Amino acid sequence: MEHGSFKDNSHATFTLGEEDHTLANAVRFVLNQDPRVTVGAYTIPHPSLEKVNIRVQTTGDPAKEVFKDACQELMQMNRHVRSVFDKAVTEYKAEQERKEKKAAEELKRQRELFGSMDIESN
Amino acid sequence: MVTKEEKRFAKNFNINNLPDVPNGLPPHLQQTRVVSNSNPLTANASYVPCMGDSVKLGNFYENFKVDVISLTERDMEFDMIGIDAAFANAFRRILIAELPTMAIEKVLIANNTSVIIDEVLAHRMGLIPIAADPRLFEYLSVNDEPNEKNTIVFKLHVKCPKNKPREKVLTSDLKWLPHGSELLRESGGSTSKPKTYTSFSCSQDSLPEFANNPITPSDLDILIAKLAPGQEIELEAHAVKGIGKTHAKWSPVATAWYRMHPKVCLLGEVEDELAERLVKICPNVFDIEDMGKGKKRAIVAQPRKCTMGKGFIRDDDLIELVDLGSVENHFIFNIESTGSLPPDVLFTEAVKILEAKCETVLKEL
Repeated sequence: MEHGSFKDNSHATFTLGEEDHTLANAVRFVLNQDPRVTVGAYTIPHPSLEKVNIRVQTTGDPAKEVFKDACQELMQMNRHVRSVFDKAVTEYKAEQERKEKKAAEELKRQRELFGSMDIESN
Repeated sequence: MVTKEEKRFAKNFNINNLPDVPNGLPPHLQQTRVVSNSNPLTANASYVPCMGDSVKLGNFYENFKVDVISLTERDMEFDMIGIDAAFANAFRRILIAELPTMAIEKVLIANNTSVIIDEVLAHRMGLIPIAADPRLFEYLSVNDEPNEKNTIVFKLHVKCPKNKPREKVLTSDLKWLPHGSELLRESGGSTSKPKTYTSFSCSQDSLPEFANNPITPSDLDILIAKLAPGQEIELEAHAVKGIGKTHAKWSPVATAWYRMHPKVCLLGEVEDELAERLVKICPNVFDIEDMGKGKKRAIVAQPRKCTMGKGFIRDDDLIELVDLGSVENHFIFNIESTGSLPPDVLFTEAVKILEAKCETVLKEL
């Protein structure tokens, strides 16, 4: 829901229902990275109501477009986070497997070495 | 959409470079404010300096790094470098409250002669973590019939025989019923097939995911109740999908937290006796380096292990020489899963949920 004025569409407040700090703070951060934005802020009118008001004031561009761009950018960043994370996890798992294989081989080697020195079969 | 030129402009743009933006505070406020980069008296592991957003979008895609420190089936510790606190907190909140899980919601009690009263027993059953992938199930709303796509049915029937010692009821006694509920509902017409409390059209163990691995609770040694000789519990529990926001039993993590990577700097040479004192206060972080000729020096060996205890504040000499703070945008994340999904999958799902939230907002605009 957008609350603005018909004459000047560069200032608007967007009300999101069923949202809280989780999304609002992230959107606010991305919004403030945009150089077109002069005011990017959010408030929660009352903690019992699940509503968030996000205020956007720009240097001329329509606030709705800037807000949309911020959301798109947020989605991009999330995808990037996911891909970097997945890569790091796969690398870690591969590293662990390599270490385990090395340890198993080392153990086998030691067993063979000491197995040939059987004390009891003397 | 943002063009390449605009992206480059945004990357090099610094609001403080504009001619009319004042630098720092106005003079009448500056005089009374003590500026320090990090005040050790107030430094703690969750303090994020908020003067200016230090993560510029243009650099985010290049600078963002993830380092996995440890990863097991239940726990995970990893570092996220180059991200803002807003994101780290968003992921933490989603991990705790908005990732779906399966948990027991309805408990149909046929017989309970134990000392644990019905509602307390039902409450305990709800808190039992269930090792079932919630992505394979759908939500059960008020109008839906419980069927094999949205319900998991467990049965618990334990009787402590007479002349035997007290018996413990553990989660290993919960039996999965892949064919659905076995308790019959009272129905008017006696000619029709008796209805149970769920309407499974096919058995759940015919599905490929559950064919050879039955659904069980994540830990089989959780104590549910204790029975004295002659006492019996007979009940059926239905588990449905939900999120932590509704009730904490649906939270997939024991907990998820983050702390900032500590920044420990020695502002001067800490030698000999002072070094000994420092290492005595924080042996995990500092170490003594021998410089030859009997002189010793303290160095910061493992800043990561610093717990922000600030023990050095009580020492008049050391407080001048040690600077304690947090590294910006370096988050050490810990996720402890309860068993439904491994922690790395949980984090990926959390990021997907944040994306889905953005999509919902975009659709409404």
